[in-house]
Amino acid sequence: MARTHRDACLLLALLLAACGDRARLPLAAGIGPTPTLPPPVATLIPTVKVAKAVHWPAGATPVAAPGLRVEAFATGLDHPRWLAVLPNGDVLVAETNAPVRPRDNPGLKGWFFKMFQKKAGGGVPSANRITLLRDADGDGVAETRTVFLAGLTSPFGMQLSGGTLYVADTDAVLAFPYRGGETRIAVPGRKVVDLPAGPINHHWTKNLLATPDGTHLFVAIGSNSNVGDNGIPAETERARIWLVDAATGAHRPFATGLRNPVGLAFEPETGALWTAVNERDEIGSDLVPDYMTSVRDGGFYGWPFSYYGPHVEARIRPADRRPDLVAAAIAPDYALGAHTASLGLAFGPAPALGPIYARGAFVGQHGSWNRDPPSGYKVIFVPFAGGRPAGPPVDILTGFLTADGKSMGRPVGVAVDRSGALLVADDVGNTVWRVTAAR
Amino acid sequence: MAASAETGPARPIHPLFAFLLAADVPLFLGGLLSDLAYGRTAEPQWANFAAWLIAGAMVFTGLALLWAFIALLLARPRWGWVLLCFVLLLATFALGLVDNLHHARDAWAIMPAAPILSGITSLVALLAAAVGLSTIRTGNRT
Repeated sequence: MARTHRDACLLLALLLAACGDRARLPLAAGIGPTPTLPPPVATLIPTVKVAKAVHWPAGATPVAAPGLRVEAFATGLDHPRWLAVLPNGDVLVAETNAPVRPRDNPGLKGWFFKMFQKKAGGGVPSANRITLLRDADGDGVAETRTVFLAGLTSPFGMQLSGGTLYVADTDAVLAFPYRGGETRIAVPGRKVVDLPAGPINHHWTKNLLATPDGTHLFVAIGSNSNVGDNGIPAETERARIWLVDAATGAHRPFATGLRNPVGLAFEPETGALWTAVNERDEIGSDLVPDYMTSVRDGGFYGWPFSYYGPHVEARIRPADRRPDLVAAAIAPDYALGAHTASLGLAFGPAPALGPIYARGAFVGQHGSWNRDPPSGYKVIFVPFAGGRPAGPPVDILTGFLTADGKSMGRPVGVAVDRSGALLVADDVGNTVWRVTAAR
Repeated sequence: MAASAETGPARPIHPLFAFLLAADVPLFLGGLLSDLAYGRTAEPQWANFAAWLIAGAMVFTGLALLWAFIALLLARPRWGWVLLCFVLLLATFALGLVDNLHHARDAWAIMPAAPILSGITSLVALLAAAVGLSTIRTGNRT
């Protein structure tokens, strides 16, 4: 009996030891063109470090980098996640949240996840609208706000192309006529194409980007689980970027194996398509770094079978593994740090921030839940030269977390406005921030 | 309190405690069967079933453990048997907790340990129930 007692103590000690998956590497080890990828870590108790959403105290703002200043462009929004700038300077903001998903995370763990989401400020009904913000006097604060489009279904990506405004709802791409200067669109949209949604719809945000000639749309569709947890059939047409014919809706996969591609942008020097991608969770605080990468037509980027090229995913049933695909998997161009949730992507120039931000990518990092200590919760700038990342990132906006790890805001979408300032959607702070050079 | 019980008539096990002792066994077994089904099919719903069944089993194990702890404080004769039942329940609870946490892993990462853990847990739960149902009385025999 004494031995049983000792065994029980040992078990308890093991349990306690298993709680502490802390990052062993500095965050910077998972940043850059060749990130350090340590062996996967499996802990008995999952690493869950959810930043409780507390919102900004009155008058508080994130912290801008030296030489920059940040002001609220618009406040009091309802989960503003994504941004688009119209030619006349009007700013569209998608006020949106997850749709009703009866079969997302049906397990016991899913029940806990929904609680965590609530704590982190998610899990509330979606406003399902696009709001137009107008700063007519150019003082950096939007003085008019109108409901531009209502009755959408968890909208996310928005882009104007040749007199047509494309909106990516979670289940379809819609096209609306836009003549210029309107503050609301009342006509119903034309459905361009249905998008993979369904009762699971794990990564529900769909982004889009029109090709420069306006004939096609790139549509980013995230995976239906972390790493195939809902079965391989649930991942049909998921974790990829589609190329959609804007007129007919005909589409083909442009690139696959991208777990959750969200930000989409053309690199200005080369015209190449780049995407910001969220990689998989729950194999340790140092794995797997999120990334941004140029996207090759027909390229396969690993998910779920591997990451960063040949690093095989052990959580796939041996019978389902695809060594043939892994052998061809492309390693992404630039790692953005493990669990940072790098979602927003916008290329410079952003003249209102000054010449040092002329060439490079702004990345909105929504912040981690599966890393201890937390990562992300900031907006960074990755300098580019010759169409490639050229150097370590610099912080643009920080200070979204309190000293005790609660989140006052979380940055998501980023966009350069007509005046050359950087706009940042903050979906926990319910604010759109505007960053310019300090005066 | 114990003194009066010793002189009283022999009483059967309290029916609610009997229920708590036995209730976790079929649930852990259901978890084991679901794990085996997941191992054969890779259909994620089986892994979800297993996780919920084991979580349900833990509720009854926890309540039985609490009851056994109180019985342990009140028991005088046959203290060793009560202690054995308590220890087995404690082991069931610890194993079930590990099993539950293990089921929080993603996709195939729960294999092949999930059915092994669920099998061991089921076995210990069965032992705890057998020992408990054959020895523990709320009143004591003289």
